[in-house]
Amino acid sequence: MQDLGRIGFSEDQAVMLDVATDFCLQRSPVSIVRRLMEDELGHDPAVWKEMGELGWLGVAIPEAFGGSGLSLAEVVPMVEQMGRRLMSGPFISTTLAAQALVVGGTEAQKLEILPRLAEGTAATVALAEPDFDWEPDTVACQAQDAGDGSLILSGRKVLVGDAGLASWIIASVRYRNSPALLLIARSALPDGALRRETVIDETRRSFALDLDGVKVAKDDLLDLDLAGTTLMHLHLAANLLGAADMVGGTQSCIDYTVDYLKTRTQFGRLIGSYQALKHPIVDAYCKYEQARSHLYAAANCFGEQGVGEIAVRMAKAAADKAYSFAADRAIQFHGGFGFTFDCDAQLYRRRAIWHAANHGDAGFHKAKLAKLLF
Amino acid sequence: MQTVDPKDLAAFEADADAWFKENVVRDPGFMLPLTFMEVGTDQQFNFLRDWQNKVYDAGYLGAAWPKAYGGGGLHQDFQNAATRAMRRHHGPIMLNAIGLNWTGPLLLDMGSETHKMTHLKGILSAEDIWCQGFSEPGNGSDLGNAQTQAVRDGDHYVVNGSKIWTTLGRYAKYMILLARTDATTPKKYDGLSFFLAPMKIPGVETNPIRKLTGEHGFTQTFFTDARIPATGLMGVEGGGWKVAMRTLEFERGARGGQAGGYVAVGSNAFDVLDLARRMTRSGKPVLEDPQVADQMVEFLMEIQALSLNGQRTQVPNLVADHPQGIPLASKLMGTEMSRRLNEFAIRLTGARGAYYVGESEAVDQGIWARAYLNSFSATIGGGTSQIQANIVGEHVLGLPKS
Repeated sequence: MQDLGRIGFSEDQAVMLDVATDFCLQRSPVSIVRRLMEDELGHDPAVWKEMGELGWLGVAIPEAFGGSGLSLAEVVPMVEQMGRRLMSGPFISTTLAAQALVVGGTEAQKLEILPRLAEGTAATVALAEPDFDWEPDTVACQAQDAGDGSLILSGRKVLVGDAGLASWIIASVRYRNSPALLLIARSALPDGALRRETVIDETRRSFALDLDGVKVAKDDLLDLDLAGTTLMHLHLAANLLGAADMVGGTQSCIDYTVDYLKTRTQFGRLIGSYQALKHPIVDAYCKYEQARSHLYAAANCFGEQGVGEIAVRMAKAAADKAYSFAADRAIQFHGGFGFTFDCDAQLYRRRAIWHAANHGDAGFHKAKLAKLLF
Repeated sequence: MQTVDPKDLAAFEADADAWFKENVVRDPGFMLPLTFMEVGTDQQFNFLRDWQNKVYDAGYLGAAWPKAYGGGGLHQDFQNAATRAMRRHHGPIMLNAIGLNWTGPLLLDMGSETHKMTHLKGILSAEDIWCQGFSEPGNGSDLGNAQTQAVRDGDHYVVNGSKIWTTLGRYAKYMILLARTDATTPKKYDGLSFFLAPMKIPGVETNPIRKLTGEHGFTQTFFTDARIPATGLMGVEGGGWKVAMRTLEFERGARGGQAGGYVAVGSNAFDVLDLARRMTRSGKPVLEDPQVADQMVEFLMEIQALSLNGQRTQVPNLVADHPQGIPLASKLMGTEMSRRLNEFAIRLTGARGAYYVGESEAVDQGIWARAYLNSFSATIGGGTSQIQANIVGEHVLGLPKS
């Protein structure tokens, strides 16, 4: 039988799970989530600062560069708890930017930038383009030698998370006919290069990035030899963390619905006693437990050649199916209230769609798995 | 808890591996049952009883049960290693499922010393086959409403009534029997008692029931003034419901302590993947059909999730919110997946899905069709999936009773 990954759980993961569970519960009640949705910034800088001070941004950054030298396995329980509380902010974006440098940055870039990210300076990655393709290495944006040792960029990026807050944006480009990654200081962008996009998950801040005419130094290229590896790493890391956020969200979405089924009365009975509602929520719960098992297997096996990719794709596909189903039923089972903006079911449903649309949905990952497994 | 020396364990597993390699008979010349619920002929029965006895004699069944009762007295890891070896060499199933998986652990958990001394060894050796008398023609899912009567008369109880879906009923020497000793209690559950009851006595009759597969897998059991010894009472009179519920935890795999081995094979998604690799559709390998590929991946994800769920229950931090969630939901998830997987397998065989066991053109002698039809035994028996969903909804999620 083929090895598809297995559960493992480190002491450090246990600590992070404990700490993050309390922290996110305290800092992100749904009243705050809703207030921040209306806020242009979209997150609470005080909470972000606290995360930086707690060392959360440095968890998966090597000690030599100011981090604590753990791995994404330890980041997973944190993101899971953030997703559970529908938290906003540039945590995932910054973690991905750091991963790009850890795996594919030059020594100079690592020394300069990683300690800043570990402290809590926000950054992001710009991968998607207007062809809206999920393949990590189909890149059309261009970087061309300008002759004076600098590079001139062209093309457009979309769905760039948290770019408005980011000090650096790491973008995929095509350079000398190969995919490459490039470090762009946001301060180097001309006015109007970033346009805030209207996205389905209103807790998120997402931007289109116009690269036409942007000039950067050649030194800002990440290690060209590692570009392919780094793009794949980012693709899998983004899906791993997306799955974590989704699994956490699925849990609280089910809890939220179960609470309603236990308190709402119709025809003289609590509606949770009706099997037409009880059995589908049990289905949702079963899907949730399966998705969570996949998530922690993916976290455990992330770095393993072959198995890591299988486990991550399974985790994202399972999380998509579980979250989408749970949140869809959450709206329906809240009846008339479920149709209103005030019902939290829509928050979960929108976030599930957001994650499915970013870095590949269940169908995409299953098609990839078919190629890997058959 | 004893500590296990990894070297001892590895040596044990290597021995077990060699033994199963040497002793497994893959094709005895007739079709072997895929589950203990499908034993329909004396030929199958005798073969499987000998096989279980042989495995036990070699020390690869009941290895973790106490020595005093016929077990091996080893750590559970050793039995698990033996079971892995059995699986690797595709050993036939263990026959005496109700003894090995339900009655045995139940006796070890709450049986008297006499019960343990009397019964456990015979369960392991397959000398004493066990069956279960819970469901009745009028009371399946509503187990607490059981109406079979047991009336105390001296040092015996006199039993009248009928039990149904008695797997291995024709062959069983003993039955775990849930019967009503008091019809007047305000709560129906308080009138039930639990017995270890002999089957080969006057007044006990078994009639074979023909299953949807066309085979005879189990019986209806009739009691007419059957006198069973009062020494077979488990716990106290009126305390049977608690014992029955504990039995169901063993039956549904929500609680450990089973003798080892496995009592069913054939719902493995990798076997279905192997089938898919052999099948064609419209002149191309069936896996090139994107819809088929998508479904196949989903089944592989699902079977992987069930295995990971089991691993995750060993990590208390990762099941802290609902410690009983995965154990209580595992029957529902596992049996429903198995049913859907077998149905998918039939579809993979294309036009030959029309064939059944006995037709030489049938794919794999028709086992997929039979496995699908038989899969309902698990989604219905031991508490239907709908009852399981109520249990998970009420006991895990805390929803009000239906």
